[in-house]
Amino acid sequence: MIPSGDTDEAKAPQASLAPGALAAYVADPDRFDELLETDESVRPHWRPLIQQLTRDDPRTVARKGLQLTRRLIAENGVTYNVYADPQGTDRPWALDPVPLLLTRHEWHTIEAGVAQRARLLDALLADLYGPQRLLAEGIVPCELAFGHPNFLWPCHGLVPRGGPWLHVYAADLARAPDGRWWVLADRTQAPSGAGYALENREIVEQVLPDAMRELGVRRISGFFGELREQLLSHVKDGDHPLAVILTPGPFNETYFEHAYLARQLGLTLVEGSDLTVREDTVYLKTLAGLKRVHTILRRLDDDYCDPLELRGDSALGVPGLLGAVRAGRVALANALGTGVLESAAWLGFLPGVAERLLGESLILPSVATWWCGERPALDYVLAHLDDLVIKPAYPNQRFEPVFGRALQGEVRARVIQRLKARPYAYVAQERVALSQAPVWRPHGVLGFAARAVSIRTYAIATATGRRVMPGGLARVATDTAVDVVSTQRGGGSKDIWVLSTDADESTSAQTGRSLRSSPRHHDIPSRLVENLYWLGRYTVRCEDKSRLLRATLATRADESVWRSAIAVCRKLGVIAADGQPATALHDDRNPQSIIADVRRLAWCASQVRTRLSSGYWRAVSDIQRRLQESTAVRGEVRDLLDHLLLSLAALAGFAFDDMTQDEGWRLLRVGRRLERLQFAATLLAQHLASDTAIRQEHIEWLLEAYDSVRVYRSRYVVAPRLGPMLDLLVRDAEHPRALAFQWHAISRDLAAVARSLGGSETSWARQMPIITDEELAQVESDGAEAREARRLMAERVRALSEAAAQLSDRLSLRHFSHISLDTHTLAT
Amino acid sequence: MNDRSTRGATRYQVRHETAYRYGADVVHSHQLLHLVPRPSAFQQCLEHEITVSPASFRRRNEIDAFGNLVTRVEFEHPHRELIVTSRMEIDLHGRPTILAADTLTWERAAADLGYRGSGPPREALEACRFRHESPYVRIKRLFTEYAAECFPRGRPILACAEALMTKLHRDIRYAPGETTISTPLPEVLKNRRGVCQDFAHLMIACLRSRGLAARYVSGYVRQTTGDDAEGLVGAGASHAWVSVYAPPHGWVELDPTNDTYVGTDHISVAWGRDFGDVSPLRGVILGGGSHALSVAVTVQRLAR
Repeated sequence: MIPSGDTDEAKAPQASLAPGALAAYVADPDRFDELLETDESVRPHWRPLIQQLTRDDPRTVARKGLQLTRRLIAENGVTYNVYADPQGTDRPWALDPVPLLLTRHEWHTIEAGVAQRARLLDALLADLYGPQRLLAEGIVPCELAFGHPNFLWPCHGLVPRGGPWLHVYAADLARAPDGRWWVLADRTQAPSGAGYALENREIVEQVLPDAMRELGVRRISGFFGELREQLLSHVKDGDHPLAVILTPGPFNETYFEHAYLARQLGLTLVEGSDLTVREDTVYLKTLAGLKRVHTILRRLDDDYCDPLELRGDSALGVPGLLGAVRAGRVALANALGTGVLESAAWLGFLPGVAERLLGESLILPSVATWWCGERPALDYVLAHLDDLVIKPAYPNQRFEPVFGRALQGEVRARVIQRLKARPYAYVAQERVALSQAPVWRPHGVLGFAARAVSIRTYAIATATGRRVMPGGLARVATDTAVDVVSTQRGGGSKDIWVLSTDADESTSAQTGRSLRSSPRHHDIPSRLVENLYWLGRYTVRCEDKSRLLRATLATRADESVWRSAIAVCRKLGVIAADGQPATALHDDRNPQSIIADVRRLAWCASQVRTRLSSGYWRAVSDIQRRLQESTAVRGEVRDLLDHLLLSLAALAGFAFDDMTQDEGWRLLRVGRRLERLQFAATLLAQHLASDTAIRQEHIEWLLEAYDSVRVYRSRYVVAPRLGPMLDLLVRDAEHPRALAFQWHAISRDLAAVARSLGGSETSWARQMPIITDEELAQVESDGAEAREARRLMAERVRALSEAAAQLSDRLSLRHFSHISLDTHTLAT
Repeated sequence: MNDRSTRGATRYQVRHETAYRYGADVVHSHQLLHLVPRPSAFQQCLEHEITVSPASFRRRNEIDAFGNLVTRVEFEHPHRELIVTSRMEIDLHGRPTILAADTLTWERAAADLGYRGSGPPREALEACRFRHESPYVRIKRLFTEYAAECFPRGRPILACAEALMTKLHRDIRYAPGETTISTPLPEVLKNRRGVCQDFAHLMIACLRSRGLAARYVSGYVRQTTGDDAEGLVGAGASHAWVSVYAPPHGWVELDPTNDTYVGTDHISVAWGRDFGDVSPLRGVILGGGSHALSVAVTVQRLAR
């Protein structure tokens, strides 16, 4: 297909293309081709890129490019959740590094069209939630608004603070065979993908740095800077401005993006339970108290945002939020109720709306759409069913879009029946043949292949009008000849390069300009801190229990130790009351089993995932997987415990080397230390109270469980004995397994937390109980007197464990009490 | 002046007490109350008072999107009990009798509410708010089919609504405690048992499934007393019924639980698309653990 020996000047660059690079790229007469002219020569604005990509061995370039892309995606942890799964079945983000190129001229039309549309939809929303003139005049049907589940009556009469209804708007566009861009759909509620667009750019910038510079690609980072500015622009001077991103949580399909945008924009990522409304004001619950929130960039659906006035069954929202919005005390981006425009049914009415509200005609047309609620439209649709796609008018309908042509027999009759029974609930659209663009084939023979693409473009509202991101997210179909592009269905993405000849708009001058500015550390939600605290506790709990179980398994040969060790394990819940050591690890009936604690650990980790390094998260997933996959084969248990202990130690390492050392981190450490203190004191008290406390084999077992055998040997010349062991495990201020060590460390941490938060220190028994040498000597002997001394010592050690438990309660009460409570929606 | 407007009226005194007892401290709570009766041509509120215990931290009156009076209350001190008492004195006036035969056919009434490329009349525009799905009322073929016998071709809309009311009253057994607000309507229809909310929601679903407009009305009904043998079902608690849009007469209220047109036995408080828009007390509490609810309503007819 590449003409060889062509002497035509205009096609000269093609001659230099490496043979075969475009061999698999086939033009499709029914589609617009982004890359090729109708005569199959490469379009001029693509030539420099194609030349670069094929200058050397194109296969090597492609392979290198794809490898680097994959590596960067993995390193940056870019994921997309295909479906909610706590086990972490996030799919790596699919990015084809070959960008979609758009000329300055093409872009100009798109930019103007998207900006106009954002203005138009904003004005439409203001009318629907205000005077409803368009409904009264019959310019739009009432059915479109009143029948839509996201038309929120409680928002009627509302004037959003901070100006616009649509702070962020996205339009899905496709290029028709005639070369014009058409709007496929409007995203008005909480448009996703802008974060992925930025991430794509950061990756492609590293894969194709030369091409980017040479082509003068417009940067998109400035767009995000403006968004950030805009979100807080309504805050009066003097207020301490705080903007947050409200996410449904880690199981949402685009959670990665929420976390990523939070980082890029320097906003705090929060869930509904992190916010509270008092006196019509929204506050963030932080460790240092309630902090006023001025703007919420929401990624939560309209009707889930406030269980008080909207969906009562929403556990994700913020009770009273709508009251705060109504009082003008908080700005929502986008305003509540904007989801009403997410329906194809509006498309056919927009030209009339534009005429009426703006006195303008639409710059970008919408794909031809018939709303079946009008009799003539229904008649047309029924007569032309084969050429149309039937879609639901409302998002809560159980009806998947279908191609009329694909409907046969029974099914066809049923669809027609549904259309006739409730015509206003259906929409018919013309089929769009998407344009095609080159991608690097990820499998098989390397080279370019053609794929259908559509693009998502973004506009934000600023003080000086709508600003359109010079770029966006191109979405690629999975296969040739497939016209459905959907990330949920496995499609890929591309960066969009808007080419510029304008030097000041281009990339070179601003390379590396970063948007990043981290939120003030006091703005960390308490929930996050609480989960970090418990992450610390469960990690150590798993570790301590595993070590105890491993030490116990090793005593099998000595019947006396074996029996008493098992008894202690059962008392501590490591082994179920009727369970055996060999099967204890997997005992699903035992709520205190190690596997149950691993699950709790993983859950806490999933809640604080944004704070964890990718290594940490991988280690957690790995621990869980390994435990689940393993079976309780007797011989395997020790290996499993060895591996588990290694992985848990790695978690401790990540926690101390990779994490920002703020209050959250400090409380994670307090959690670890409190847990260790409590577990160690409980175990020691158990031991002291037993009849066999002074037997050497028993003491050896205990030292093993405390991971202190080697330290003991290096410090004491005598064989393991109770007195020296207590000296080491209770009094030693330098041995990290000793109670005294943990005690002092906790005191230091609490003081540091108090200093940093500016409050008083959380109180606890500051004095470590003093144990004298005489007492140590006393407990070692035989006889009733020594037994009594051991009993008293056991009580003192147990008191330490209780003090630790009380401190934990006090910490919860002080820092987490307002979040650990459940909310309930009740109605009579 | 007052005497003139209330001449011939039936006067009632209503007391509506809602009490929540919680198993643990509620540390923060937002409540939305639909307890103040909205005025209408047939109803005049002479006195109204809401008392709240514990003392609220904040209280404000608003009007919601449907024109109802809403009281918004916020509590921020820990409490184990919430008692809301609403007292009112109210005059009801008789409503003119509407001949069902004088209303438009149901097909015509439905068609007139649909979009025809021009602006609908004002009253029809208002009615359009109430002809679509709402959170508690889905539109389903099930409801269209269930009510088919009530909607023969060409029958006046009000005659259809009346037949539907009678059918529901005959088919569904009034059975307090067997359904909750989250029991889906198809299940109510299958088990044929429910309370006034279910009767009202079912009737609304049958009307809207045919493209007609219907509102959910919440309020109270007159209670049985010794000398007044003919008591109505639904007394002792807050009640609910249906308002159907029957052009050219406009809105007509029917009570399917009692198979009767609404007259001087019903005191309306609020209306909306369904229960969710007008529940007497709706709140979100933080904490509280388990809870027990008790509701007591007394409706007393005052001697004139």
